[in-house]
Amino acid sequence: MTDDQARRPTPAAPHPAPPAHSGAATIPAARTVEQLTGAQALVRALECVGVDTIFGIPGGAIMPAYDALFDSTKLRHILCRHEQGAGHAATGYAQATGRVGVCWATSGPGATNLVTPLADAHMDSVPIVAITGQVATHLIGTDGFQEADICGITMPVTKHNFLVTDPADVARTIAEAFHIASTGRPGPVLVDIAKDAMQKTAAFSWPPEQHLPGYHPVTRPHAKQIREAARMIADARRPVIYAGGGILKAEATAELKVLAELTGAPVVTTLMGLGAFPDSHPQHLGMPGMHGSVSAVTALQKSDLLIALGTRFDDRVTGKLDGFAPEAKVIHADIDPAEISKNRTADVPIVGDAREVIADLIVAVQKMQQQPDASAEQFDYAAWWEQLDAWRTTYPLGYEDAPDGQLSPQAVIERIGQLAGPEAVIAAGVGQHQMWASQFIKYENPRTWLNSGGAGTMGYAVPAAMGAQAGRRDATVWAIDGDGCFQMTNQELTTCSLNDLPIKVAIINNGALGMVRQWQTLFHEGRHSETTLPNHGSSPVRVPDFVKLAEAMGCHGLRCERPEDLDATIEKAKSLNDAPVVIDFVVHKDAMVWPMVAAGTTNDEIQYARGLRPDFGDNEE
Amino acid sequence: MTKHTLSVLVEDTPGILARIASLFSRRNFNIDSLAVGPTEHPRISRMTIVVNVEELPLEQVTKQLNKLVNVLKIVELEHDSSVQRELVLVKVRADNETRSQIVEIVQLFRAKTVDVSPEALTIEATGSSDKLEAMVRMLEPFGIKELVQSGKVALGRGGRSITDRSLRALDRTA
Repeated sequence: MTDDQARRPTPAAPHPAPPAHSGAATIPAARTVEQLTGAQALVRALECVGVDTIFGIPGGAIMPAYDALFDSTKLRHILCRHEQGAGHAATGYAQATGRVGVCWATSGPGATNLVTPLADAHMDSVPIVAITGQVATHLIGTDGFQEADICGITMPVTKHNFLVTDPADVARTIAEAFHIASTGRPGPVLVDIAKDAMQKTAAFSWPPEQHLPGYHPVTRPHAKQIREAARMIADARRPVIYAGGGILKAEATAELKVLAELTGAPVVTTLMGLGAFPDSHPQHLGMPGMHGSVSAVTALQKSDLLIALGTRFDDRVTGKLDGFAPEAKVIHADIDPAEISKNRTADVPIVGDAREVIADLIVAVQKMQQQPDASAEQFDYAAWWEQLDAWRTTYPLGYEDAPDGQLSPQAVIERIGQLAGPEAVIAAGVGQHQMWASQFIKYENPRTWLNSGGAGTMGYAVPAAMGAQAGRRDATVWAIDGDGCFQMTNQELTTCSLNDLPIKVAIINNGALGMVRQWQTLFHEGRHSETTLPNHGSSPVRVPDFVKLAEAMGCHGLRCERPEDLDATIEKAKSLNDAPVVIDFVVHKDAMVWPMVAAGTTNDEIQYARGLRPDFGDNEE
Repeated sequence: MTKHTLSVLVEDTPGILARIASLFSRRNFNIDSLAVGPTEHPRISRMTIVVNVEELPLEQVTKQLNKLVNVLKIVELEHDSSVQRELVLVKVRADNETRSQIVEIVQLFRAKTVDVSPEALTIEATGSSDKLEAMVRMLEPFGIKELVQSGKVALGRGGRSITDRSLRALDRTA
């Protein structure tokens, strides 16, 4: 636009409230009422709820919203290259900042391209609001051009969704959408707005009255359950605090540390909970699950009391469910009552916000410890720690060196973590590199680890890192991506280049869809069916050439193929902050993720390395 | 597997039936029958859902239903403390010879004949599923031409109403 000032109308003076005569209903003085189009109401409502960034792409049905956006000085729109990128960016923004992420798309294919990010955010309980244009009301149901029943399509993958056909409903619906997305168990909410509802005019007032008679998330835990939990923790001999992503969402990391230190119980943090408890803390045993540390997996397995906080007994954590932690009683605290006893029956169910639950637990534990008749056996986990320390020292996380002269993917990731430091935000894709990034980078702070845990969405890293950078301009944001993942969503690097979002992308390039290849090696007799990608140094051609691809998108492109160049390459990437940086780390093909609990087996069958099961004193049979 | 009758109060909003049905199919819950209709309050609909699950999965069903934003209240109605009814309409082949025998059966079950034609009778009956099943079995030998049956509807016995509190919540936010 050459002169957008000319297009900008002078702001209309707010309409004064009409005088309250002749029995007309009075309008509360605190509320200003204006006549706005639905699209203007949408933009105004987003400003009023505190949105600063929107990721999106325009199209026919959402054009009125873009027209209204043109006049906004408070909303920054980031023009993405694919709606899926916009959706994951909203998720990355929300994960990194704790605020609700927002994305926009047009009707039909624009909206359906948001389905994957919505499903992804739903599985990981991330608060995002997606706004989609819909065809005009009279066309709904006629198979109109670019029509899709996006509310019907996204019903199972959103916390809630709305179809708005009346401009008078826009402001209230936006307020409700943000309320639902950000409270209780957070999650994605979609608001589908018919084009004519954006074009027609209606009265706008803020704040609108919300109408959600069926929505009452419980956040205050039950006092009796808290007392019972504290008693069980005192009496347990082998307790484990099993902390999940709910700790991060509830901003309860400080409370978790107090509780852990007060009780002396060991802590494991799930894939979604990394950063909820400092990795460097002496009571931290690592991550449980399919690729968790031997000490974390085995601690859960041999425990007599699981203190599960903000976590959901996901199958990747439990392994074969009926063999999971067979001797443990379970305290399960979660804000979503449906998670409690869904997979594993809880002995002490606690419904509540993790922060409030832990704060109350701290008080209850302190009370027990201060009782004059408290027995010395209470909170005595000395024998347990002896056992845990033995596992920890015998089976630390580690990896084999790469063949001579080649880069080891684990070493690359570990060095990035060390050189980027604990303040950096790391976003990962899905696969081997994700697991290595969860294992070999040390997380000390909340909201520094972003990944697609529940849905396992390949292609998450680049757009999520973009969203995180947009929300945290001060932070260094790294995407640790695989060469397979990178080719799904790298188009958003163009968006990053053009919007001053200088993320750093480390492609862990092993020329393969590595995790699938690993399973083929282990479970399909090495039949590597369709998992080789010709972008590796060992291929006869290098297609695509990631360095050239990066440069074509306005990024710096670096390549590292030798171990001796590793540190210098990472330092070089750190020094380049005027544009995004893409580093093609060409690593050796055959590295595998260990430890591993094979799918369908119990956690007792954990393998420390291929064919090597830890000695739990029961190996003689 | 045991059958449980759930009364679900929902906001009367577009798509609510789809939300409920989608939840059941996504979570792999079996619906035996589902009946939906208006209540004494214009903005509340009531669904009576019969699910076929064990005790523990039932808890999941109600918890997941409760998470739907438009669901106001869920109550399980026990067989002994509630009135549970279904309605059936049956078209039975009838001629001059069999008509009186059929009418006798209809009376036996306190059902009603609602339509007569030279070659058929249409019978309306309400009751428990056991009673309706028994009646249909008696009618089968005459030849059932067509049959339609409603989902179960149910109401708790005694003076209390499950809608009271939900109505108050609704009025507060209206």
